[in-house]
Amino acid sequence: MLKDITLGQYFPGNSVIHRLDPRTKLIILVVYIVALFLAVNWVSYALMAAFLLTVIRISTIPAKSFLRGMKPLLLILIFTGVLNLFFTTDGEVLVDFWIITITTGGLQRAIFMVLRILLLICGTFLLTYTTSPISLTDGLESLMNPLKVIKVPVHELSMMMCIALRFIPTLIEETDKIMSAQKARGADFESGSLMDKARALIPILVPLFISAFRRADELATAMECRCYQGGTGRTKMKLLRYTLWDFYAFMTAGAVLAAVCVLRYFGL
Amino acid sequence: MGEIIKAEHLSFTYPGIDDVPGAVVFEDMNLTIEEGSLVAILGSNGCGTSTLAKHFNSILLPCGGKVWVCGMDTADEDRLIAIRRNVGMVFQNPDNQIVANVVEEDVAFGPENLGIASPEIRRRVDQALAQVGMSKYALHAPHLLSGGQKQRIAIAGVIAMMPKCIVLDEPTAMLDPRGRREVMETIIRLNREKGITVVLITHHMDEAAQCQRVVVMHRGSVAADGRPQEVFAQVQLLHEIGLAAPETVELCYELNKLGFALPLDRLDEKECAQALYNAVKA
Repeated sequence: MLKDITLGQYFPGNSVIHRLDPRTKLIILVVYIVALFLAVNWVSYALMAAFLLTVIRISTIPAKSFLRGMKPLLLILIFTGVLNLFFTTDGEVLVDFWIITITTGGLQRAIFMVLRILLLICGTFLLTYTTSPISLTDGLESLMNPLKVIKVPVHELSMMMCIALRFIPTLIEETDKIMSAQKARGADFESGSLMDKARALIPILVPLFISAFRRADELATAMECRCYQGGTGRTKMKLLRYTLWDFYAFMTAGAVLAAVCVLRYFGL
Repeated sequence: MGEIIKAEHLSFTYPGIDDVPGAVVFEDMNLTIEEGSLVAILGSNGCGTSTLAKHFNSILLPCGGKVWVCGMDTADEDRLIAIRRNVGMVFQNPDNQIVANVVEEDVAFGPENLGIASPEIRRRVDQALAQVGMSKYALHAPHLLSGGQKQRIAIAGVIAMMPKCIVLDEPTAMLDPRGRREVMETIIRLNREKGITVVLITHHMDEAAQCQRVVVMHRGSVAADGRPQEVFAQVQLLHEIGLAAPETVELCYELNKLGFALPLDRLDEKECAQALYNAVKA
């Protein structure tokens, strides 16, 4: 049951989007988010949606996976939509029934907000779907490199992230095992009040923590044995290199951002 | 052949806490590993085999005496990296020694730490994966592999640093029979074809029997040392220190108690069967 957790799930592939430099994708994601928040009218939203759909199309990631990832966020989407729909009071009144008042302004706002969140989430999904966690950490490390000047431990952070990602499946597997072991001895995780359920988790968390510490200790020894001495003097097998495709990607993203800005300030 | 690892009058005590005295592991232990050899170290639980292994690449430092690796003193901090790149280490639990979440990235971890240039790392990683027969899994996620495959990845990660010697601390203890066979075949092949010295710490007599030399440890010192045939013939001694001989030898030993006069150096099942056949026929 715990195996279903999707956390930055990566779909291996060989599309142009997959092959883009992770730094390009990270920067473009930021540009894309900025553009989303600058979008104010139908045309700019249509443009953003078209951009996203095109990129999804190129990436060959099935649309189904986006919908599946969206499921846990459905509630937030509905909530945002409803709130904006009922509590915006500008524009013409469309429906006036009992305590419910729906205006044109409210309707537009609700649609925009939901659309914005949808596009935002799909955009971030697209990044994690097309970029392997390791190249993502590589990209982040490389982008954060200038921060070394102000003593930010960039290499250590990316190493930690890499190891955390590596051990998520291992620890999930272990949690499953511990849960089965405790169930076999009569532990009950399903019934009782919320407090009872929370208390029932203690016999899972304690062994999990102990084993995680033991693992950490062994891993540290193994890393030392393989000559790990921190980031200094370390090289990489895969060097990040921008290609012509990255240039095209930057140009496209820049064009979209510029278009959204124009639409915003000239009110087209 | 020169000696690659040499422990001289080695003594080691785990530090005690407050008034509790520490556990003495070795006292005046001497051991030499020849370059290019395939040595098994046997010992019952808690007799210090893992502690000994950790002395071979400066994870632990001796309390008394010296350990030399390729002529370097393991207590010499300036030589730490040189020692560790020459003596690679593989541990029992494959999960706890794999660092990256892609197989080839994990194999690259050691060479990356050594500051080797990228194209050379690429070459070494491909070569190391080919040597352990895991090339087609280069882009897989390690947690989806079997125990034997993970352990072979760990071995690849070590040989990518091009060590002269590999120390394996019970590499097969957590594996199923198939995984054990895969790992043993890999180890033996590396020793034969690449001339890498292998020190194998194990609890499995049949694995030790495949080595050129067997060292039996007991209470922090060497109890027996020699070719497997010589060591396993000392069944009495092995029993006294809580170990067993390979099953073929045990069989002959028990039969000898009943009045047979069977040789105790038949480690192979076929040889043993032949010896039994000869004895029955006579």
